[in-house]
Amino acid sequence: MLGKDLLGLYDTSAEDIVAILDTAVGMKKLLTQNLKKLPHLQGRTVTTLFYENSTRTRCSFELAAKYLGAGTVNISASSSSVQKGETLIDTGYTLDAMKNDVIVMRHPMGGAPHILAKHVRASVVNGGDGMNEHPTQALLDFYTMREKFGGFKGLKVAILGDIKHSRVAKSNLFGLTKLGAEVSMYAPATLMPQGIGQLGAKVASSREEALAGANVVMGLRIQLERMHGGLFPSLSEYNRYYGLSEEHLRYADPDCIVMHPGPVNRGVEFTSDVIDAPNSKITEQVLNGVAVRMALLFLLVKNRQEGEKNA
Amino acid sequence: MRKLLIKGGMAVLESGVFARDILVEGDTIAKMGEHLEDADAEVVDARGLHIFPGLIDMHVHLREPGFEYKEDIASGSAAAVRGGFTQICCMPNTQPVCDNAAIVGYIVARAKEVGLCKVRPIGAITNGEQGENLAEMGKMKAAGAVAVSDDGRPVSDARMMRLAMEYASDFGLVCLSHCEDKSLVDGGVVNEGYNSTLAGLKGIPRAAEEIMLAREIILAETLHKRVHICHVSTKGGVQLLREAKARGVRVTAETCPHYFTLTDDVIVNYDANTKVNPPIREAEDVAAIKEGLRDGTLDCIVTDHAPHHRDEKNCEYNLAAFGISGIETSFSLSYTALVRGGVLTLEQLARRMSGAPAQILGLEGGSLREGGAADLMLADLEEKYVIDPKDFLSKGKNTPFAGKEVYGRVKYTIVDGNIKYRAE
Repeated sequence: MLGKDLLGLYDTSAEDIVAILDTAVGMKKLLTQNLKKLPHLQGRTVTTLFYENSTRTRCSFELAAKYLGAGTVNISASSSSVQKGETLIDTGYTLDAMKNDVIVMRHPMGGAPHILAKHVRASVVNGGDGMNEHPTQALLDFYTMREKFGGFKGLKVAILGDIKHSRVAKSNLFGLTKLGAEVSMYAPATLMPQGIGQLGAKVASSREEALAGANVVMGLRIQLERMHGGLFPSLSEYNRYYGLSEEHLRYADPDCIVMHPGPVNRGVEFTSDVIDAPNSKITEQVLNGVAVRMALLFLLVKNRQEGEKNA
Repeated sequence: MRKLLIKGGMAVLESGVFARDILVEGDTIAKMGEHLEDADAEVVDARGLHIFPGLIDMHVHLREPGFEYKEDIASGSAAAVRGGFTQICCMPNTQPVCDNAAIVGYIVARAKEVGLCKVRPIGAITNGEQGENLAEMGKMKAAGAVAVSDDGRPVSDARMMRLAMEYASDFGLVCLSHCEDKSLVDGGVVNEGYNSTLAGLKGIPRAAEEIMLAREIILAETLHKRVHICHVSTKGGVQLLREAKARGVRVTAETCPHYFTLTDDVIVNYDANTKVNPPIREAEDVAAIKEGLRDGTLDCIVTDHAPHHRDEKNCEYNLAAFGISGIETSFSLSYTALVRGGVLTLEQLARRMSGAPAQILGLEGGSLREGGAADLMLADLEEKYVIDPKDFLSKGKNTPFAGKEVYGRVKYTIVDGNIKYRAE
């Protein structure tokens, strides 16, 4: 059973993942019917606490909460305020005292939501923590894959890009391996973390190998600051040796879908041909993100209600 | 003259463990033998206890002056004698940095005033630990410094380290090198490997430690000078040291209990009490550290006692301070893991925790012998207990060992013939 918080998929069972996806099916149906004033979370409060910039994740959570009737509060703390001013734990106490039900947190440091969760009564949802996890992004990816392929057993997922710094890659890996999919990864050696093979990924030695027979081709955003950090020489060299164009997709399964957590650097991870192709699910992912987050918030709050009743 | 007769204990001598009574007169071990009697002496009943030479920790942080909210000389000394230590050497990364005779003198004077264990300051290698100009080693030695180190801030510049080894040797001082190539550390907070990837925390590669360790060996070898390597944590480091020693390089080295008792599996819950520099490594490193202690590649066990305020640990892992408050758990952890674990004999443990540091730094004590300093530690090796940081006398409660069951409880710590700690 889903617990108080959702901190990562490493600690979430396949059953819980499927339960969230199943609940999201109904949510998406309501969304596509443009029913956006639902009563599920009436009288509840969802706070987004973001220590890092974000447009889509934050907006997606906020809309998900609003569509379900919750009150929402957004707190932006600049990354610099992490180092000075109020500590994370004190911020948690403050939010708790105001009777928040759910805190969605994004933070530049791995494990920050885990620390917050230990100190608050509210449910904590990890909206991305450093290089650790981004569980709701992976859940919406799973939703998108399941919608296309019906399930995960034997599904081949290729993830390409900055694996080392990617919380999306890790949450996908943890979840997909539990669900029975096969994950191959490819990145410049400077952007491939140690031990990722032991964690269940098939580490490919070329784009072609990673893509061979892939049902899902997922690109990860390359951040410009990595280039300045010397991890690769230039965006154009990155694109030539590690980026994907339509011709590379020949190695993947002909019926494959293309995914990307966004925002995309056109011409870097993917050429525009790939991004705009009919099999690209990049925009659909965004819609699914709202549905999945509605499902998650609903399930977490339902858990809380049951807990409150029993208390 | 004040006398103390320790009766009925098992003495851990260099040649083995024997039933010995020990008669202390003043600050000296006057006599060791069987069935000693002395009507004038205060008697310590040591039946069921083992008598060790007072433990010596050549790597602690007492935080005074400057960071008294973490620890001070009084609380650190109290923690030390509770841990069985009669002599401790404190690192210079205080505020201001202990890079001159005045601060060395202050520490010595303050420790005397506290009057628990012997505190031997370590002076900085460079002014302000900035790595740019040599500190006044001669004057610091005259004021009581026993070694020099820029611990916590490695001397990055190889030329400066070369000059330090050369100059320190004029005064019979050895450089204690904290080996860390900062460019490779690059903001890392845990060991780089499976667990750093799992936890999403930035890793510190072993190479960051080993590259500077290799540099120190090469400098010591080519200059024919001594060097001592601080807190060795990696298998590769042990290998480099073993090869260097076999070639006759004048290098000595230390490790800490957390490097032979823990693997980095402990970091995945983001408990910042596991955050330490160098980081806790993996199983193969733990095995190599133990083997290094067994064959003498690693000369001694230190604690790198690094007390911090709880607010500095109760936060995001990245923001937390590095360090473990270790002086009150070192003996039990070492005895349990190494002696009960079949790695060392009791005599070897005494050597690693007392004899070797005394020899490396030219300190008194280090062994039980007639005519030697009456620095002793008595422990009940059969007593089992659970480590609870609430019991610590150190201000720093930051330990990853809370709840761990260990053997070997310190019962008495005797410094210069005076009982400075007695377990209730």
